[in-house]
Amino acid sequence: MQILTGIFLTMYYKPDAAQAFASVEFIMRDVSFGWLIRYMHSTGASLFFVVIYLHMFRGLMYGSYKKPRELLWLFGVAIFLLLMAESFFGYLLPWGQMSYWGAQVIVNLFATIPFIGPDLAEWVRGDYLVSDATLNRFFAFHVIALPLALAGLIMCHLVALHEVGSNNPDGVEIKDTKDKKTGIPLDGIPFHPYYTVKDLTGLTVFLIVFASIIFFAPEMGGYFLEANNFVPADPLVTPSHIAPTWYFTPFYSILRAVPPILGSQFPGVAAMGLSVLIFFFVPWLDKSKVRSIRYKGILYKKWLAAFVVSFIILGYLGTVPSNIWGQFSSIIPLLGGVDVATFVARIFTLVYFAFFIMMPIYSKKDVTKKVPKRVTM
Amino acid sequence: MRFFIIIFLFISSFSFSAENIELSKAPVDLTDNQSLQRGARTFTNYCLNCHSAKYMRYSNLQDIGLSAETIKNDLLFTGNKIGDTMSVNMSMKDSKKWFGASPPDLSVVARSRGADWIYSYMRGFYRDPTRPMGWNNTVYVNSAMPHILWELEGEKILNPKTKKLEKFSSGKLNAKEYDATIADLTNYLVYMSEPDQLKRKKMGYYVIGFLLLLLFLTINLKKEYWRDIK
Repeated sequence: MQILTGIFLTMYYKPDAAQAFASVEFIMRDVSFGWLIRYMHSTGASLFFVVIYLHMFRGLMYGSYKKPRELLWLFGVAIFLLLMAESFFGYLLPWGQMSYWGAQVIVNLFATIPFIGPDLAEWVRGDYLVSDATLNRFFAFHVIALPLALAGLIMCHLVALHEVGSNNPDGVEIKDTKDKKTGIPLDGIPFHPYYTVKDLTGLTVFLIVFASIIFFAPEMGGYFLEANNFVPADPLVTPSHIAPTWYFTPFYSILRAVPPILGSQFPGVAAMGLSVLIFFFVPWLDKSKVRSIRYKGILYKKWLAAFVVSFIILGYLGTVPSNIWGQFSSIIPLLGGVDVATFVARIFTLVYFAFFIMMPIYSKKDVTKKVPKRVTM
Repeated sequence: MRFFIIIFLFISSFSFSAENIELSKAPVDLTDNQSLQRGARTFTNYCLNCHSAKYMRYSNLQDIGLSAETIKNDLLFTGNKIGDTMSVNMSMKDSKKWFGASPPDLSVVARSRGADWIYSYMRGFYRDPTRPMGWNNTVYVNSAMPHILWELEGEKILNPKTKKLEKFSSGKLNAKEYDATIADLTNYLVYMSEPDQLKRKKMGYYVIGFLLLLLFLTINLKKEYWRDIK
């Protein structure tokens, strides 16, 4: 869907700093049903992340990353990474204030890397600041390079899935119990027609949500399309509050929460990078004997819940200025003058990382239930 | 234990509140063509001298029930054609010199600022001799824009003690009429920020209706196929 609507948008979109904003408004007003195509594309981007986050959560719940599905999980995380890049590049294209300054912030993250940082950031931008050159190269990445890479990776994801077969909520390996004569797993059912019709239902539910947003709340209260992005980019006016789109905010919160060391913001950037990359290691961090949450003990459930809570709270905090809850009064020792929101973000950043770092310990200690040989219902 | 901390922090957080300027609720009703037409009149007569709306075409005003003839005769002042966008002749360089800031384009201002902001802003002007234009604003403090509609509203001053606006001199309209004019103008700006939004919502009902029908079918199809799985 993103590709299909993207094709039509590129027919009218002009990747030029002087014309980009105007061409988007042209699509919204003068192109027949241009508004529909554009809203489908912008809403689709956000919902893609909703779906991917749910998909990842399901993976964590049912242990779909565990042996023999490590490769499948790795491809999945790689897709997630590329998708983040894809949406970031795409977000610059409307050339609004938030596009511009969002890109400015993210590209400057590279500049914090010691020694090579500033040169690297300049290389990424192709200019001393985010400009026409940046817009054109981001456009190229957004419409050609990354979609191709994504398509390739999704292929790999599916091939890897076919090699090992789907997991199930029981976490039982269905290929272990086969019909003696035919060799077909007794607990398996063919994808078609069973899952095609089931997914058709799911797809329809998704489309209803999708259509409700497109037709009745395309801005989604400023979370999907931000108000500031209806102001054309102006390199001379910095908005008072820069926030990324909602799907990046948990990671953005982590970036802001980590205090600078020796005046360098690099630790925050490193922590943010790590918070995404750490997903790659999950298959080897989980030492549990069982896959599914159905047979895992209370410890894992508690940790997963804490992780989800911290993900959501960090996500919320990333959308608001860090002084939103004011500062601690100066009477409190150590905390006096610190932003309350920053403090909360720090706590939840710790919880976020603890979920992964402590995983080998608690998943080993956790008392698991016995997994049945066959799938229960 | 951790959860208690979370809950505690959440509850305690609500006692802090960010300070915000109070905005009045703008009475927006996009189905009211009369109001939109009055707003369009105010817009082309006053705002469009300095502010452009360069993504909006005059001909689009036919959506709000104006005929091509009316638009040509009553709203086109600058020798533009009806298919043109609403541009102004003042150059950005000049206006920057004259006002200290160029008047922004207003095509999508209702989406960036919000209707309530515009409605409050246009009612928040007061006399302030310390400002270069002689005007200041309660919503957008030290705004470079002078009060263009002062002949209609009259002049107000800020009472330094109560921080409230007080009437200084009367204009052509009384307070109620002025508020109504601004409400119409705001309504028009909201319409202009996305001319197709009514069409969008109307279409939405059909699409959702169709999808619900489809959902009914797919649920039953799924049930039918899955019946033989135990």
